[in-house]
Amino acid sequence: MSDTTAAAGQSPNPDIYDELPDAPPKSRLRLSMVGKVSVVIVAFWVLLALIGPLIAPYGESHFIEDDVLGNPIDDPSFMLPDMGLHVYFGTDYIGRDVFSRIVWGARTTIGISFIATLLAYFVGITLGIAAAVAGKWTDAILSRLVDAILAFPNIMLGLIIIAAFGSSIPLLIFLAGLVYAASVFRIARALGQDIMVQDYVEAARARGEGLWWVISREVLPNAAMPLATDFGLRLVFVILFISSLSFLGLGVQPPISDWGSMVRENLQGLGNGIGGGALASITPALAIASLTIAINLIVDDISAQAGGSLAKKMN
Amino acid sequence: MMSQLVIRRIGIGIILLWVVSVLIFALTQVLPGDAAQIRLGQQATPETLAALRKELGLDIPWYMQYVVWMGNLLSGNLGISAAGGATIESLIGNRIGNTVFMTGIVALISIPLSVTLGLLAAMFPGQLLDRIITTGTLGLIAVPDFFVAIFLILLLAVSLGLVPAVSYLSGTEGFWKSVYVLALPIATLVIVVSAQMIRMTRAGILNVMGSPYIEMAILKGVPRKRIILRHALLNAIGPIVNVIALNLAYLVSGVVVIETIFAYPGLAKLMVDGVQTRDIPLVQACGMIFCCTYVILILVADIASILSNPRLRHPK
Repeated sequence: MSDTTAAAGQSPNPDIYDELPDAPPKSRLRLSMVGKVSVVIVAFWVLLALIGPLIAPYGESHFIEDDVLGNPIDDPSFMLPDMGLHVYFGTDYIGRDVFSRIVWGARTTIGISFIATLLAYFVGITLGIAAAVAGKWTDAILSRLVDAILAFPNIMLGLIIIAAFGSSIPLLIFLAGLVYAASVFRIARALGQDIMVQDYVEAARARGEGLWWVISREVLPNAAMPLATDFGLRLVFVILFISSLSFLGLGVQPPISDWGSMVRENLQGLGNGIGGGALASITPALAIASLTIAINLIVDDISAQAGGSLAKKMN
Repeated sequence: MMSQLVIRRIGIGIILLWVVSVLIFALTQVLPGDAAQIRLGQQATPETLAALRKELGLDIPWYMQYVVWMGNLLSGNLGISAAGGATIESLIGNRIGNTVFMTGIVALISIPLSVTLGLLAAMFPGQLLDRIITTGTLGLIAVPDFFVAIFLILLLAVSLGLVPAVSYLSGTEGFWKSVYVLALPIATLVIVVSAQMIRMTRAGILNVMGSPYIEMAILKGVPRKRIILRHALLNAIGPIVNVIALNLAYLVSGVVVIETIFAYPGLAKLMVDGVQTRDIPLVQACGMIFCCTYVILILVADIASILSNPRLRHPK
């Protein structure tokens, strides 16, 4: 009950102020056409990741053995698409339905990448803001630690850790989380340092607000928008990182389907051209590309609006 | 002033190299647990365990193991492969030249290409050519390297039959024959690396274009092309050299995927195979080579930007 009254007290009807000359600028996001299409593509893949198993005609490790009439198929590997069997993109190198594996793989690829990015953000922002606020030796130690992680090319750190510990899904999440927490830390720390020297923080300090109040009411809200935009880019990097490891055969292990591993498993079909099994390797590659390009275009759209690119001002 | 900064940066570089070696050692040899125990499994008797530990040099404390390992590394003794029993020098020796050859050609093609395209895009911002370049490169940096590779395979090797899809070198080919065999991996790497470099070059020049002295030149009525070529480009050289070194460092990750997809017998393929068989000494050695190259290239990038900053050249 108290919630509703508080909310109503804050802004009874925000629309009536819009026509006043000193009305706050509208911060509503308007996406371009490309941005809107990209949002639809990302929403499509997320939806598929959520309800995929309900749609997929077959299980992710189901072998197609019989044709429409129930007769056994001689060679089910790299079969052409067959609408009667609901094998829309053909079969893979050992006769599993490619369409079903892409649908199942959406859950693996997007799920792992999303959790890893969340982990990277949680760790990176917490430590980054802590370093910016605390300064001194906390900052020095954390920054040197991050420098050490960033001294490795991402994929090398991945190869070395997987060589030592073997690959598993929790390890992949931890690995991507660790690698990208380092770059999130840098951004969060830089943003935090910028905000900590602003007048409004000094004012809050002067009127005796505690450290926690300053962090939660001044630093975090002001850092939120740049960090949110960066989340999209970071998610793309994580998807590319995990798909590349899977593509090298060091990421998600069979029989679990995952887009990166699907491309690798079916590489041999590529030599036969589109008519002879190349689809099994192209379609998962297209799935990754459509998702990562779409996220990138959305981020581009948002940041072009927020900052206004230099190129536009030039003419 | 400037030499101090450079020396300081080199010092940091050396410390980073040391940190990288400690981390590689710790991650592969200390954290995973007792390698002798893992290799012998449950049936190990205390005697065989002790014998194998002694043979692998695990019977001394870990920091002494690090000293021994580092000493061997510096004297060029990289150890013995856990998988085949061959010395790692012999395995790497065959492969390292292949990787250097391929990345060298990629650098020779991609650097002039990207600087030219980046410059062209920056000269006509917002126009058709710029839009094609920025949209195209945005798309390319957003997709995985293997995506570019499989489309090139499909188009150039499978459909048109112009070049081989697998890059096998016997070692007896001449230069042009080798380039022909390597056409696809080289093309893939050039596309992937250039996309990044073009964007950064364009951004670097546009960044300089925003500074007050350029505004002054525009107001004076200096023609646009002259502003870019005479005023902006000279000041953008530092950032551009920085971009080039950073992207050569990026090649270190690029070759891992590309050598694997084309089955090219290079160092990265050797390392990926080593990871698959969990051949720790091999992974340690290859990892050190790649990570040191990376750290050194980043160091070169930083020194380039220090040296090209005219404000540091004439200290007040």
